[in-house]
Amino acid sequence: MTAFLRAFGSHLPERRVGNREIAALVGATPEWILEVSGIEERRYAAEADTVASLGKLAAQNCLANAGATPADLGMILVASGSAPRFCPGPASQIAASLGLAATPALDIPVASCGSLIGLAFAAELAPRFGPVLVIGTEIMSRCIELTPGGKDTAILFGDGAGAALVDPASGFARIADSILSTDGASAEILKIENGRVAMEGRSVILQAVRKIPRAISELLARNHLSAAEPCAYLMHQANLNLIARVAQSLKVPQEEFADRFFVNLTHYGNTSSASLLIAADEWRSAHPEPLAGPLVLTAFGAGLNWGAMLALPA
Amino acid sequence: MEVEARILEARIVKVLNSVTKKEVNPGAEDSLFVSGLLDSFALTDFVAGLEQEFGVSIPDSDLSARKFDTLNKVSAYVSAKLA
Repeated sequence: MTAFLRAFGSHLPERRVGNREIAALVGATPEWILEVSGIEERRYAAEADTVASLGKLAAQNCLANAGATPADLGMILVASGSAPRFCPGPASQIAASLGLAATPALDIPVASCGSLIGLAFAAELAPRFGPVLVIGTEIMSRCIELTPGGKDTAILFGDGAGAALVDPASGFARIADSILSTDGASAEILKIENGRVAMEGRSVILQAVRKIPRAISELLARNHLSAAEPCAYLMHQANLNLIARVAQSLKVPQEEFADRFFVNLTHYGNTSSASLLIAADEWRSAHPEPLAGPLVLTAFGAGLNWGAMLALPA
Repeated sequence: MEVEARILEARIVKVLNSVTKKEVNPGAEDSLFVSGLLDSFALTDFVAGLEQEFGVSIPDSDLSARKFDTLNKVSAYVSAKLA
């Protein structure tokens, strides 16, 4: 069973929300927000936007980048933790908005790690169903409280959508392996419940700092690769300090961090399940040449769910 | 027993000093977080430092900040691990 990463796409709402605006609402300073998160600004959806409408625009961008049409798709997988309705979720709405009346479209209601889960599923399903469009789409700004009481989460999140086309026949990178894990014993430390995100930040960081490098190391080791070999690490964009810690754990030299760990959370904040695919799209746009080496994608979030994926030059 | 408890606490403070890179003297019930001694990432270093200092392995299931909030909680946790 073989599948390839063929193209990425993304869509970000126009409205930019800087730290100054957030700081005034939550009783913090812009400098503190930047220091603890690495985030300078994030995007907020317009009132008329929906999780599905953002996802549709990312899907169209991805299909355009791939030179494909909705009719080429064998399946759609949509990750979202912020979709307002559980069932049916945004997948069927997105499929309908793309003009598809029978293509299977399934929801993955998992924040943060959902798009990585979607990619791993797509790698298995594409050989059976045909090209799978994976979408991560979130309006996290509707899940936070812009008050002093909501400070710890309000400063982090933004809105957006990303997409990836996983193709059974061709692409710029062959999906070689993936690891997915769930630790439900810690489910309460990070959750979206009754439309509000709740997080025990210190416990989340404690867990993430161990689980992410462990997953990457296991993935690389079983594929006989060292952490020095991937040309790029694309991570769920949660926190700059966390990404730096992962690089440190993998013993990636500090001087190589900027080249090998793609970071765009500075501009978008944490867009939950959308962030990995938005990052992948921006990274690929900046590196359209043939893949120079192994590519690692990784994510961690509510569940707890986490994992890593390895793609190799096609 | 009292002496052992004091030695244990001194070793925990030693780890805390190493992580914060300063001499600290928190009260037994003072929050290490609210006091500003440990932020999220310093906490990860503190937990790793405890593992090294006491030769114990702290499993993922114990990686809750609430277990490491005060010297008393850390002492109780480490004591249980060493028992």
